[in-house]
Amino acid sequence: MSAVIEAIGATRIFDLGGGLLGRRLRLHAVTDVDLTVEKGEVLAVVGESGSGKSTLARMMLGLLTPSAGTIRVAGEDITRVPRRALARRMQPVFQDPYSSLNPRRRIAAIVALPLTVQGIGSAEERRARAVAALDKVGLPARHADSYPSQLSGGQRQRVAIARALVTEPEVVICDEPTSALDVSVQAQILNLLIDLRRDLGLTYVFISHNLAVVEHLATRVAVMYLGRIVELADAAQLFARPQHPYTRALLDSVLTPEPGLGIPDTRLGAAAPDPVDPPAGCGFHPRCPVAVERCRMEAPRLARLDDGQVACHLAAPAPVPA
Amino acid sequence: MTMPVVLPAERAVPAAPSVLSRVLAHRGLTLGLVMVGGVVLIALLAPLLAPYDPYDQDLTRRLIPPVWHDKGSWLNPLGTDNLGRDYLSRVLYGARISLLIGASVMVISGAIGATLGLVAGYFGGRVDMVASLIITTRLAMPVVLVALAVVATIGGSLTIVILTLGFLKWDRFAVVMRSATQQVRSLDYVTAAEAAGASRLRVLVGEILPNVVPHLIVVATVEAGSAILLEAALSFLGLGVQPPLPSWGLMIAEAKTFMFFSFWLIAIPGAALALLVLGINLVGDGLRDVFAPDGRS
Repeated sequence: MSAVIEAIGATRIFDLGGGLLGRRLRLHAVTDVDLTVEKGEVLAVVGESGSGKSTLARMMLGLLTPSAGTIRVAGEDITRVPRRALARRMQPVFQDPYSSLNPRRRIAAIVALPLTVQGIGSAEERRARAVAALDKVGLPARHADSYPSQLSGGQRQRVAIARALVTEPEVVICDEPTSALDVSVQAQILNLLIDLRRDLGLTYVFISHNLAVVEHLATRVAVMYLGRIVELADAAQLFARPQHPYTRALLDSVLTPEPGLGIPDTRLGAAAPDPVDPPAGCGFHPRCPVAVERCRMEAPRLARLDDGQVACHLAAPAPVPA
Repeated sequence: MTMPVVLPAERAVPAAPSVLSRVLAHRGLTLGLVMVGGVVLIALLAPLLAPYDPYDQDLTRRLIPPVWHDKGSWLNPLGTDNLGRDYLSRVLYGARISLLIGASVMVISGAIGATLGLVAGYFGGRVDMVASLIITTRLAMPVVLVALAVVATIGGSLTIVILTLGFLKWDRFAVVMRSATQQVRSLDYVTAAEAAGASRLRVLVGEILPNVVPHLIVVATVEAGSAILLEAALSFLGLGVQPPLPSWGLMIAEAKTFMFFSFWLIAIPGAALALLVLGINLVGDGLRDVFAPDGRS
């Protein structure tokens, strides 16, 4: 196992301006994240909206530069790696297949775009590789000359996956690849991703807000809250013995297919976190069912616990009773 | 796990009707296209259609009324002006001036405004601030006043009018392209192209431009119509095209002294102008309906 991507103290702050007279507003999207992506693993990054998981993904893709800290790709500082070299190493799959395909291009051209940009092969070779990539994701060659508007959501997401695979990258960064799809199609896309990983030896960074989706795919899970990692553990351990109260709440929030049970109560309340004005101490304490005085004063650090890492005052000395 | 197969449940969405059929289904657009097409044909075929040279004066045959008037004759179907020039020939040739102005101003201002708007919308931040400042500065300048100053210092001619209007009328292009680019820029296919390592230029020209072209076309038609009207206004004020060129605006200006006794001298070029601009605006509105029904530009 070797680290493909390393985030070291990665931080991203967005300047929201705030007008001439107003106070300068700064949004702390990602704060001091240390994370390594090992070759061959499926690292899931989970958290609710605004937890900074997509920002982290964009930093890993080199689309956003960290405000502080570094991202390393194969040991090199990402800001020093040329964009094309970076693109050969990793490719993204985005959430919404309706906005991730250029509506004015044909499918073959969309899939071949990374090759075109890299200047790989002749026009015919690029087309042949695009058709081969389409075949890999289960789309027949007759779709090559269609426009995205002629395909369904699931087919479009297959096209987006084919585009990510056409240059044969090591890492595919999936930013909520199934969230915009129907439940039945979600399963197909997840199975496709699992099969592709097995066949091509891919490494995934899998961003999701849904732990149920992650469970079938991930080997390791990082849980993010308000821009920080609050728990990081092997998937099996995390699902069996969640340590952080937020992870437990996320697990409780998974909807069951049984009717009549209603929406599960996570005991989190409705107060969504505000990354512009994060609470003092532990970012989670206003919603935490087990918070104590210390949580309001002091931010917990990510500390080793069993085989994983947890950022919770109550988890470190003696695990909180579930 | 088996290899993925396409399930029949994922059925493809039927293809949208072609652009041509949508154009033909839109009555206003079809009518506008016929009107503009007619004027273009007239402009192209003016030497064949015109019975006389539009510059030939015949002082013995001045101010002859059109054929439908009691004193009119088929020799000069639309009569003659105060210098005895055949009015039909002058109106036909005038179409060339109006279309030339409309098209060249559209191209010059479109190139300036679209580039500025694309760059501002794509790069954002400081670039956008500078571009917005330039746009605001331009919006603060009254077109007629600037044209007046230019003509006063350099003198009026067809080229000067085209350049002046071309360098002044790019504001709407810039504003519309900027906001359209901002919308497209945040879409994932632009991010995907960036993540694929595409250069800024490739992203702008290959991914963004094709998706904002409908907005560009709509603005371009509206601006062409407005440029034609502005030229007429400037020529009427004596700041535009200079005599003896047969510009419709200039013809109206020359006729204003005779307006009470020879009404047709003003009515005919006025009607030609109104028809052309109406046609162009119909095309613009129609294209907006066909291409960008959701975009308010």
